[in-house]
Order: sequence, then structure tokens, then C-alpha cells
Amino acid sequence: MDNILNIKKWYLDNFEIFQNSLNGESLKPINQLRKDAMAKFSELSFPTIKDEEWKYTNITPLFKHSFKPAASISEIENAQVDQFTFDDLKGYLAVFVNGIYSKDLSRLENLPKEVVISSLEDAINSYHLAVQKYFSKYADYKQHIFTSLNTAFTKDGAFIHIPDGKILEDPVHILFITNSNGEKILSQPRNLFSVGKNSQVKILEHFVSIDHGIYFTNSVSEISAGENAVVDHVKLQEESKNAFHIHRIEVEQERNSNFTSHSISLGGIISRNDCNIRFNGEGGEGTLNGLYLTDGEQLYDTHTMIDHAKPHCTSHEHYKGILDDKSRGVFNGKVMVRKDAQKTNAFQENNNIILSAEALVNTKPQLEIFADDVKCTHGATIGQLDMDSMFYLKSRGIGKVTARAILIHAFASDIIKSIPLKSIKSYIESILTERFNKQFQQ
Amino acid sequence: MLEIKNLHVSIDGKEILKGIDLKINKGEVHAIMGPNGSGKSTLAQVLAGREEYEITKGEVTYEGLNLLEMSPEDRARAGFFLAFQYPVEIPGVSNTNLLKTALNEIRKAKGEEPLDAIEFLALIKDKMKLVELDQSLLSRAVNESFSGGEKKRNEIFQMAVLNPKLAVLDETDSGLDIDALKIVANGVNQLKSKENSIIVVTHYQRLLNYIIPDYVHVLYKGRIIKSGGKDLALELEDRGYDWIKEHSSQLTLSK
Repeated sequence: MDNILNIKKWYLDNFEIFQNSLNGESLKPINQLRKDAMAKFSELSFPTIKDEEWKYTNITPLFKHSFKPAASISEIENAQVDQFTFDDLKGYLAVFVNGIYSKDLSRLENLPKEVVISSLEDAINSYHLAVQKYFSKYADYKQHIFTSLNTAFTKDGAFIHIPDGKILEDPVHILFITNSNGEKILSQPRNLFSVGKNSQVKILEHFVSIDHGIYFTNSVSEISAGENAVVDHVKLQEESKNAFHIHRIEVEQERNSNFTSHSISLGGIISRNDCNIRFNGEGGEGTLNGLYLTDGEQLYDTHTMIDHAKPHCTSHEHYKGILDDKSRGVFNGKVMVRKDAQKTNAFQENNNIILSAEALVNTKPQLEIFADDVKCTHGATIGQLDMDSMFYLKSRGIGKVTARAILIHAFASDIIKSIPLKSIKSYIESILTERFNKQFQQ
Repeated sequence: MLEIKNLHVSIDGKEILKGIDLKINKGEVHAIMGPNGSGKSTLAQVLAGREEYEITKGEVTYEGLNLLEMSPEDRARAGFFLAFQYPVEIPGVSNTNLLKTALNEIRKAKGEEPLDAIEFLALIKDKMKLVELDQSLLSRAVNESFSGGEKKRNEIFQMAVLNPKLAVLDETDSGLDIDALKIVANGVNQLKSKENSIIVVTHYQRLLNYIIPDYVHVLYKGRIIKSGGKDLALELEDRGYDWIKEHSSQLTLSK
């Protein structure tokens, strides 16, 4: 307990340092929000396994470390950035190092008129309308201690604004690089994506690390999908396997909008992902797909909430996990169908493959339905690779290792196929191949 | 080619095969017939290397090798093939992908170079004709939402591509209409040669009108109780299995 009090004091002290570093910026209206969030942080308790939402995720290892926000931009070469980009992903690149935007490393030339891709700091400083409209509107800091911590330290992160009626053909690759270099870095990118009416965009949020350092990423992304907008969001989490990763995504969908989320999770010693969408108008369509690969002593946790607040909306959620060694997985997916949300169509599924005797999954798909004319299904499975399939492949001359790799590929294939970025599809394929069989090729 | 000596097999402590003796020479076609539950499929599965079965006694020699000591994949690489009674559906794995991986692993085991994409495509196009398989089935997931007939034809198609020395067809005829049966039988006949052998496991004589066996064996309660030529199959068709069963109990009594 003392430990937790010390940790709280640690972050409060760091907030003082942070405030002093803001200089003139502290006069902006957003600073009041920071202070309010910090006050909330001070009030709230860190979650324990007694909290229903954290029942299977013991976060106490996080409190063994004193993480500190990076004071200035860390020096990184262009070549180091290139190892995290994809040759076949042509688009815009926004690079953050230890949570701080790097203009030099980003490639944001030739943006269409009125489209903004920048650091959140710039958007705040230029009083962008979307910041005033949407910032901190969806990610409530009053209940969530990690969101309050993120909000209190709001400074940088990615900002995307697509005006009405604009289709951004090329995807936006947002690269969060941590270069901890032996220091226990606290990186808290705060992201805001506002997509106007009838507009379209593809966004990749990509978390990587230069080394195997111990650091803490605590990120929040807020997404507003305007009427009839199409937003494809892909998250690729490749943090250091010693890092802590907490990321909350809040999505608000207006009438007839279409939002897809694909969350691919590979890194982190403990990763906690919250992804929530809310239908704020009729005719919305939302997809939440995920694939998590864990090994060693990794703990992966995802909590999702799909709020069918309006009628005639469709949601599709499918998460799949492949767990090895002593790793653990937690899936908690809630679908809420409110009283007036008639003609809701909701599908939810979580499947897990356990490759070792010691890996473990806790899965809890939940439906809460208050309307009476709806179509909802949900389910969860935890199992091993199918022995009949295994025998069938072996009986055709395919060796055990290859047969196993084929079946793992097959298990993950429907999620991979649904990823809207081709280069990420083939990248995930190559990761599976490398991990499970060097020879096997799809 | 294959010699089975006094093979005893149990599953969950229950003895299914109670001393099978069978010898198959190169170029021969053997039919194993018998009523349901006689142990026909157990024999097929044990030969393919299914691990759930416990071999309590006996030996199986294949091409001079101790078959029972070999892994399922090594048996396949040595030229053994089982056409499954119930082919497994494997979502996410394309038929082509399975075959290409299988063929190249078998070639590798023989010290041959893997086929490249063009050679492989030419081979499968050629073999597909044998069983009149629709090309669209190639890119689909293995057996997934195939009809019963398509699944069985797919097994024979795999056999054609992998070109085994010894193939066991486990009730490949069951559930097929007469047209599909003819296609399957025709495919098998074209694969038959002086160099390879085939074991046809079946409940019905019907298939044997099209695949003519050199020998017919009747399996009953885990034992081969009668062996003969192709006429034995016709006799079984005429008289059913009952007279054989009586024959068997007399055999047991006289022991």
C-alpha cells in the first residue's frame, strides 16, 4: 500500500515539474482540464483484482517502477525509423519518440487542403475547432485513473482532422517509438482523430520500441466518425516485452458511419486495451477485431464495450488469441443494447488457442439487451489445436512443426484477412511464419 | 509390400482387432469387407498411425520397415496413403496449400527438389481431371462446406497428386450416388499400376463392381474370418453377412 501511495506522490510531483515546463502554455484553457484531471487522479485509486474490470489483471508490477516523462526529444536516425515502416504502405507518416512528436522524422508532405495531420500540441496551440469540439469528450477521466493520468499530462500525441466530404486515399501511419535507453520512460500520447461527414480515412497506430527496455505507455485515443464517414483503424502493438502498455480507444459513431478496428497485439509484459464504441445515430456499423499472440510471461487484457444506443446499427466483434508458455489472456467484451435500439444486429465471438500446459485465458463475452427486436449472438472458445486436423495433415506427409504452423495460420486467418491494410496483413503473416515455422509459406 | 502379423489393437481398454494377418504384394488390390463395427476403420486408422489406438500385440512390416514405429508423416513420406472415411474440414487452409506443402515435404524426404509454382499447378490440373474435380475447390479451405461426394473425390485427388505406393481407401464409396461412385472408381483405376497396391475397405460390394479386387477378406469381430477371390464379394452381396457370422461362430466353437 505504501508503495502505491509513493507512486501516486511520484506522479503528483512529476505533474508539478510538468506544469512548470509549460510556461506560457499553462495559460491556455486546456490547462484547467489538466489540473482537474490531476485532482481526479489524486482522488481515484489504482485498480486491484477486487475491481470487476480488473479481476484477472494484476497491475501491481507497474508500481515497482518510477516512470518519468521524457524531458526532450530523443535523438533517433531516419534509418531507425525505417525498420518500423512498411515499404508497401504508401502514405503519411507521423513519428513520435517517447511520446513527443518529431517533425524531422515525420513525412507529412503533400497533404490535401484542409486535411490536418499534426501533433496534438500544434492543434491545441492553433485552437483547432475539432480540439474544442471533441477533446476529452469521449474518454471520461473521472472514472478511469489511467485516463486521468493521461489527461493530466496532455501535451502531445497525434491529431488528424479530415474535413467533410474528403476521402484520404493514402493511410496515415502513426508511429510511436520508445527509445528508453536504460531510462524508465513514461510515454503518454494523447490522440484525437476527427473525421467529417462523408469522409474516409485509414489510420494505423503503431507502438514499437528500439530496445527491450522497461517503460510505460499510457495512451488514449478519441475518434469521432461523422455522419456517413468510413474510418478504418488498425492498431499494431509491438512494444518491448518488458514494457507496460495501457491504451484506451473511445469511438463515437454518428448516423450511417462505418468504423472498423483491428487490434494486433504482440508486445508488452502487461498490456491492457480498452476499445469502446458508441452508436450515436441510426444505421451505424462497427467492427472490432483483434488478434493477440502471447508467450513467456506476458499478460494481455482487452476490454471492449459496444454501446448500441440507437436503433438499426450493426456490430461485429471477433477477437482471437494464440497463447504459449506461461502467458495469460483476458477478454471481456460487453455489448449493450439500449431500450430504443430496435433492429440491432450484434455478433460477438472470442476464440483462443492454448499451445502450452501453463497458458491461461479468462474470457467473458457479455450481452445486455434492453430492446426486444434484436439479433444478437455471442460466444467464446478456449482450446488446443484440433487433433483430428493435425492427424489429417500428418497423414499427408506434413511434419509436426509445419502442421502446427499451418493450423495456427488457419486459426488466425480470418482476422488477418479482414485487416484493411494489405501491408499489415502480410506483415502479420510473416510474424506467424517466423514464430511458428521458418519454412512454411502461405 | 505390406505384411500384418497377429495384430491386436485396443482403444480405451477395449480390444477391437484380435489378431489380424494379412499379406499384400506389389500390384495387388485387396478388399476388406465386413459389417459395421467389425474393426475395418480401426485397421485403416492404425495403419495410418493414429495415436489413440493401443497396439497390444503383433507387427506390421511395410517395404521392409517397421510401420508401427513410424510417425504418421513418415509413413506418408514412405508412400503410404489413407483416404479418410470422414475427411476433416480445416477452415483457413486452402486445398492447394495443403497439397503443395504435403507434396514438397514428401519430395524433400525422398531427396527430390520441391516443385515450383508452375510445375505444381500443371500437376494438379492434370490430376484434377481424374476425379472431375471442380477447379474452384482448389482455392477453398480443405473440405470446408464440400458436399459428401466432393470430400471423397478430394481424397482421391490428393492420392493422385501424392502418388502413393500403398493406398487404403476407407469406405470411400459410402454415401456416394452411382455417378460419383463411378467417377471415384474410375480415378482409382487410373492410379492403379503394377508398382502400387490398394486396400479397399468397404461395407458394400457395389464399389467392387468398378474396382476389381484380386482378393477379398471378410473382417468380423476383429478377425479375418474368410478370404477369397472377387467372387466372395458377390456371394456376400447375395447372402448378406449372416452366413459368414454363423461360419465364424462355428469356427470359434470348433477351436
